[in-house]
Amino acid sequence: MTTAAAPADRGAPELVAPRSPRQRTKPGAAKARSNFELYAWVFMRISGLLLFFLVLGHLFIMNILDGGVQRVNFGFVAGRWASPFWRTWDLVMLLLAELHGTNGLRTVINDYAERAQTRFWLKMLLYTSAFLVVTLGTLVIFTFDPDL
Amino acid sequence: MWSWVAHRITGVLVFFFLFAHVLDTALVRVSPSSYNEVIEVYKSPIVNLLEVGLVAAVLFHALNGIRIILIDFWESGPKYQKQMLYIELVLFVVLLVPAAYRMLLHTAETLFGSAT
Ligand code: HEM
Repeated sequence: MTTAAAPADRGAPELVAPRSPRQRTKPGAAKARSNFELYAWVFMRISGLLLFFLVLGHLFIMNILDGGVQRVNFGFVAGRWASPFWRTWDLVMLLLAELHGTNGLRTVINDYAERAQTRFWLKMLLYTSAFLVVTLGTLVIFTFDPDL
Repeated sequence: MWSWVAHRITGVLVFFFLFAHVLDTALVRVSPSSYNEVIEVYKSPIVNLLEVGLVAAVLFHALNGIRIILIDFWESGPKYQKQMLYIELVLFVVLLVPAAYRMLLHTAETLFGSAT
């Protein structure tokens, strides 16, 4: 392949690397650029890698090991959460999964909801539910009472 | 292309399940009996079958997610993405079949008693 190929037999146009380095705006520019989407992209991959072990481990222990779900009840939860190890596991898994899923759904909403109003309200609903799930879940793990 | 669609569908599905699952687990903070009651639902044969579906969805999303990460960060990732998809699908079946078998066996044993 020569570089000076005629337009007709040229391959796909050269692609700019995704997430190319930040372009700093001039001091006086109206709106500063943010790297939020880059951080979100990196977060999806780091959280995904951790969730691979946390979530698959959780499913294995809860559904497959020993008697599976058939052995799960209040006493079983009390036994597990007596250990800081499992409480930490569940807390980290809760936070990562909820944030990973919320950010994933944000992408899905951005892809399909075309009206600005619809996008806005769907995202408000999403963030409200995420706040609820994170707060409730964290509270339950921290305040669990085996003698209830 | 279809693996991207499946990744998106399973991701959204699992997200909605997580919402319900945090709510049902929160019942451990209400009373042992209300928690036990809702967990009984998971133990019924029909819901247990749905749980197998959930495990399948999570397993696909997890394996495909690892493939996406390898495509993005491993220098030869884009070159081997097709081969990685085949490995992923083999792993999916090899892991899901025994998992589904064990899950359904536990439920069958509770229903009909252990065979041994
Ligand atoms: C088990 C390990 C998991 C891995 C390895 C994983 C990995 C990934 C990766 C790499 C992406 C792509 C992000 C992008 O394209 O920028 C993604 C997207 C997504 N994930 Fe996960 N994930 C996992 C678990 C979960 C869980 C537990 C949930 C739900 C709470 C979830 C929900 C989603 C959603 C909704 C998306 C967006 C899909 C899209 O944009 O098409 N994932 N995941």
